[in-house]
Amino acid sequence: MTIVKHELRLNRVAFWIWSGVLAFLLAVCVFLYPEMKGEMDQMGDLFASMGSFTEAFGMDKLNFGTLIGYYAVECGNTLGLGGAFFAALTAAAALCGEERNKTAEFLLTHPVSRTRIAAEKLISVLLRMVAMNLVVFAVSAASVAAIGEEIPWKELCLLHLAHCLMTLEIAGICFGLSAFLRGGSAAVGLGVAVLFYVMNLFANITEKLSFLKYLSPFAYCDGGSIVADGKLDWPKVAIGLGIAAAAVIAAFWYYPRKDIH
Amino acid sequence: MEAIKTVGLTKYYGKARGVENLDLTVEQGEFFGFIGPNGAGKSTTIRTLLGLIAPSSGSASVLGMDVTKDRTAILRETGYLPSEAVFYGGMRVREVLKLSADLRGRDCAAEAARLCERLQLDPTAKVGALSYGNRKKVGIVCALQACPKLLILDEPTGGLDPLMQREFFNILRERNEAGTTVFLSSHVLSEVQRNCARAAVIRAGRVVACDSVEALASAGAKRVTVHGAVDLSGLEGVRDRKDVGEAVSFLYSGGMEALLKTLAAGQVTDLNISEPDLEELFLHFYEGGAEQ
Repeated sequence: MTIVKHELRLNRVAFWIWSGVLAFLLAVCVFLYPEMKGEMDQMGDLFASMGSFTEAFGMDKLNFGTLIGYYAVECGNTLGLGGAFFAALTAAAALCGEERNKTAEFLLTHPVSRTRIAAEKLISVLLRMVAMNLVVFAVSAASVAAIGEEIPWKELCLLHLAHCLMTLEIAGICFGLSAFLRGGSAAVGLGVAVLFYVMNLFANITEKLSFLKYLSPFAYCDGGSIVADGKLDWPKVAIGLGIAAAAVIAAFWYYPRKDIH
Repeated sequence: MEAIKTVGLTKYYGKARGVENLDLTVEQGEFFGFIGPNGAGKSTTIRTLLGLIAPSSGSASVLGMDVTKDRTAILRETGYLPSEAVFYGGMRVREVLKLSADLRGRDCAAEAARLCERLQLDPTAKVGALSYGNRKKVGIVCALQACPKLLILDEPTGGLDPLMQREFFNILRERNEAGTTVFLSSHVLSEVQRNCARAAVIRAGRVVACDSVEALASAGAKRVTVHGAVDLSGLEGVRDRKDVGEAVSFLYSGGMEALLKTLAAGQVTDLNISEPDLEELFLHFYEGGAEQ
């Protein structure tokens, strides 16, 4: 586990910045809730009457008057996009970052198989994703308690579980791409995250493109459905994790064969 | 068993040539020089030996193990110093050395401390703040601390001051005397000539000469400088001819009798015949004079 430890140590600053900022933003949202509560009913009417815009952001199924309704939208915006970007940037740089930073010649000339390097790097990426989600979840739950509201455990857990799965899926896909890239991993990673986000928006707006919901992990993070159904959309989760697993397998197949320049 | 053996080793990057039909044999325990101009294929050869890139065709083995199949086992016995040593920013020298040892599953703290002292490397310094020469020293300690059977060094002395270079080669000689094979890739001829017993010259992806350093330097050729008037037009084996005033200087690889007859037929006022140094030979290979 030398490489896992080394990776966690090397990336600890980026991890704490991303986790801290996302947790802080969600905490701010929660602390704003008591103030917004009174105005929420009118705001809810407003949000509900924005036509396809409302649907695009999944606000048609939510009750803004409740804490969890409000939180589901904020969580989707902040942790959804922020988490996706963190996952994409982290995983896309995992393998090819060594080549870009010219440290590959150091790491890959030690007696460690490429498969083990890929495995330890993947473990380190996944650990950071889970840890980031746990930090954000803990701060959010504590913030809800701090404003004196009852913590809606079930919905809160489901929302954060969905977002955790999404970051794992995006991390898996970008990790797969990382094996094939040589440089420019940040652009590719962010591109993947934005593509999935836009795919979900389009899928929400028009029926014709609704099949995109099965491809974008943002679909199973839709706070409205999770709160309304009281469960995750497991078939979509399974498809997403399947795609991620395929990308990871491709990385493990290709990386040991890759020419390192 | 050979420390390094390549047979018909060929590597193409797309359409660009790396090395072509490269045959090279380095015996265990040798101090071997690998010389050639930039872009000749030295680094491609080394990267293939280390399993960083796969050969397009041909084969290569290190310590009797195949470079594609036994990559990890080869790396366990090999220390490598890249020409441009780059480490993870934010780490201290001590941490980089420890990481390198951990990746080998070894505790090399004692040897690392000895090497740091001899090379005057501060283990508490941050690698990001180090000069080129000091980064090179970190690379040297990483390559040597686990006492591997084979050392592959790519342009090792860049950035090191002359005193450090001397200490570095002292360490290499000690290791070599203790049985370590040293494979030194360089374009600094004097260090190859001073330190290596055998050397290969690589040009345009092929080995154009491989012999003991002494034999390479002479290669049957002498540097002949003649003052006076001689007609060299009928003489075979003359190359690298320079005319300076009434003197003419050339590398001669033909028969001595023919040379003496030619000189006797002319008006020679002074004559000097000496061994050429590797530099001359090397330039000659650079200029593509001999496709052997």
